[in-house]
Amino acid sequence: MASEERSAWQYGVVAIAGYTIYLVIILGRAESAPLSEVDYRWPMLWTIGGAIVGAIVLAILVGMFLPKDAGKADVRDKQISRFGDHVGQGFVIAGALAAMLMAIFEWDHFWIANVIYLGFVLSAILSSIARIAAYRWGFQE
Amino acid sequence: MTKATRVTNNIRSLRFNHGELIQAELAERVGVTRQTIIAIEQGKYSPSLEMAFQIARVFGVPLDAVFHYPDAEAAPEKSRRK
Repeated sequence: MASEERSAWQYGVVAIAGYTIYLVIILGRAESAPLSEVDYRWPMLWTIGGAIVGAIVLAILVGMFLPKDAGKADVRDKQISRFGDHVGQGFVIAGALAAMLMAIFEWDHFWIANVIYLGFVLSAILSSIARIAAYRWGFQE
Repeated sequence: MTKATRVTNNIRSLRFNHGELIQAELAERVGVTRQTIIAIEQGKYSPSLEMAFQIARVFGVPLDAVFHYPDAEAAPEKSRRK
């Protein structure tokens, strides 16, 4: 497997893991209080920060133990990376639009923050799937 | 877009006819990764015109001796009707 394809897998796995941990914490806390009253701020900040740090650490570890082709990216890798970003971008925009509408109609901060977070996570997952699909089944611009 | 290319190529046979040039060596001479050469050989990726010329130059043959594109006669029914 090419190092860039491996990196697409890592990106997707870290995004799913971070969001799953967040959901488990939030839903666990929601057993004793209504969902919108749960203190979501620190779990959200920690899981976002943790996902960023986790992705960096994972990339370093994989680079150390599987050094073959590490750091090499050619024109095809760059095209696939742009394609993945393009696919994921839609969810960031959708999340931002939803958050804007929620803010206009004065929804609770909990829902606004969470819809933005969900947009980021879906964007990361879809971008990762698009990149993996491009590596596995072919890519034409 | 993740769809198959209609561009076909002879890279595999050309490699064998040129002293069994391995994919890694061809990749190095063209300046891409081995995975990209594999993807081109398998028809999963259409190289840019510049990369196509570089590949042809490695084998010392013209571009159309390496890459082929089906002509209008061989095109699918739908595109012929347009």
